[in-house]
Amino acid sequence: MKLLIIGFLICISIIFTITYTSTFQSDPLKESIVRGKEIYTDFCVTCHLPSGLGTENIYPPLANSDYLKNNREGSIKGIKFGQQGELVVNGKTYNNVMAPLGLSNAEIADVMNYITNSWGNKNDEMITVEEVSKLKK
Amino acid sequence: MKHLLSLFSIVILTYSSCAQPHSTKVLAESTASVNYTTEVVVSGLNTPWGMVFLPDGSMLITEKTGEFYRVVNGEKTVIEGMPEIYVRGQGGLMDLELHPKYNENGWIYISFASPEGEGEGGNTAIMRAKLEGNTLVEQQLLYKASPNSTKGVHFGSRIEFDNDGYLFFSIGERGNRDVNPQDITRDCGKIYRLYDDGRIPEDNPFVNEPNAKKAIYSYGHRNPQGLVIHPETGKLWNNEHGPQGGDEINIIQKGKNYGWPVISYGINYDGTSFTELTEREGMEQPIFFWVPSIAPCGMTFVTSDLYPELKGNLLVSSLKFKYLERLIIEDNKVVKREKLLDDIGRVRNVRQGLDGYIYVGVEGKGIIKIIPQQ
Ligand code: HEC
Repeated sequence: MKLLIIGFLICISIIFTITYTSTFQSDPLKESIVRGKEIYTDFCVTCHLPSGLGTENIYPPLANSDYLKNNREGSIKGIKFGQQGELVVNGKTYNNVMAPLGLSNAEIADVMNYITNSWGNKNDEMITVEEVSKLKK
Repeated sequence: MKHLLSLFSIVILTYSSCAQPHSTKVLAESTASVNYTTEVVVSGLNTPWGMVFLPDGSMLITEKTGEFYRVVNGEKTVIEGMPEIYVRGQGGLMDLELHPKYNENGWIYISFASPEGEGEGGNTAIMRAKLEGNTLVEQQLLYKASPNSTKGVHFGSRIEFDNDGYLFFSIGERGNRDVNPQDITRDCGKIYRLYDDGRIPEDNPFVNEPNAKKAIYSYGHRNPQGLVIHPETGKLWNNEHGPQGGDEINIIQKGKNYGWPVISYGINYDGTSFTELTEREGMEQPIFFWVPSIAPCGMTFVTSDLYPELKGNLLVSSLKFKYLERLIIEDNKVVKREKLLDDIGRVRNVRQGLDGYIYVGVEGKGIIKIIPQQ
């Protein structure tokens, strides 16, 4: 009987530890999003705003942006190398300049994970440092 | 009678609130009175930042990403031998200015974000150097703000000389709003004054304050990116970026506190407010503020006879709304605002050339010359 109880307790604690660590501790995507939010607040809010809505006809929205959703590579390249010229977001044409921001590949991955998982955007396929570093101009 | 009295006091109140010296109620209109065409004189630039005109008719231009060009008849040549530049966020290679006696001594002043010194990241530096062919030589670092920071915002970095030959420059608060701007023992959020060779003038306002940064001339600034000497009064005018709303024009006086972030006409980007105050004793009021923000950078007073309508006006670049703003000023008050070059692109800088023409630096386009139409 005693053994049974001990065994039961061990099982419970193992299950608990597994679920705990996987949901709270070492979820790389969640951690990346947390870091990405800080990058966003420092480097991006001035133009795209905390709401991700941008400013009509000037700074395109990131919230529910079809461009961001469908052009994962183009979005990363834009943040990495800068983006200028005509660009269509949700049916509206922008023709402006976003200068390269000098972020590291890791920071770009983090901020991408943040913007693709905020304001209703959803992306389960995590952006990694390797993916960012592979992209050339 | 009582009614009359209260009516009277309402009128007075309304009047006095309208008569604030810095009313933002003056709206920017489309231009009616100025006729001009434009010509791209230097193309293929992404983020032109500083621009100066050399007596031989050539132009020097910096790009934020670190390239330094000499331009002759639209042809760019890269200048070699640049110091290490910290390109991040709003920082990189920034302003250029010539020594008032450039003809005699050849000194060029350059501001940039530098990784040198204490701490990870970078901070704004001012250096002077000379050109030998297409190489930058005799480089002297005159000032470097510390500590470094990996934050991407508010490097300031505009350079200007006054009529007595003092060197002024601005350094923004580097995203450390609650620590830097009000503390004169720290760099950042300040306008500085030095002799042309980097020495600290004996009569700088804080030379006798213990631990103060002795180069400080005024403090309580957010991110000043426009500095210009008024052509008639010789006074130093600045503009600075506010947060959301509250960009300002100030006349800079020695030792004064311009209030950031204790007083402001702006709010946080997320719409929350960080201060209830727009004025406080001991803190200077702007002569004008913008709500909404236009994101001002370079600015210049027009003195050239080529533009009779614009003469005496202040031109301010708008990064956000992609136009050049014309401000008509009477008795240090803005009485009229107009949009020039509407929708041209993010306007970074504006200067009057030695030839009297106005040149405008536009992101993604290059340098644009404004040509008046008769
Ligand atoms: C100086 C203003 C500015 C800053 C700062 C800025 N952007 Fe942009 N961004 C723009 C502009 C302007 C465009 C459109 C460029 C064009 O018209 O080609 C853009 C386009 C984009 C796009 C693609 C279009 C869309 O809406 O989906 C993404 C993604 C993006 N930015 C993300 C970022 C991220 C992330 C940051 C911070 C690391 C950032 N931006 C910082 C101005 C800015």
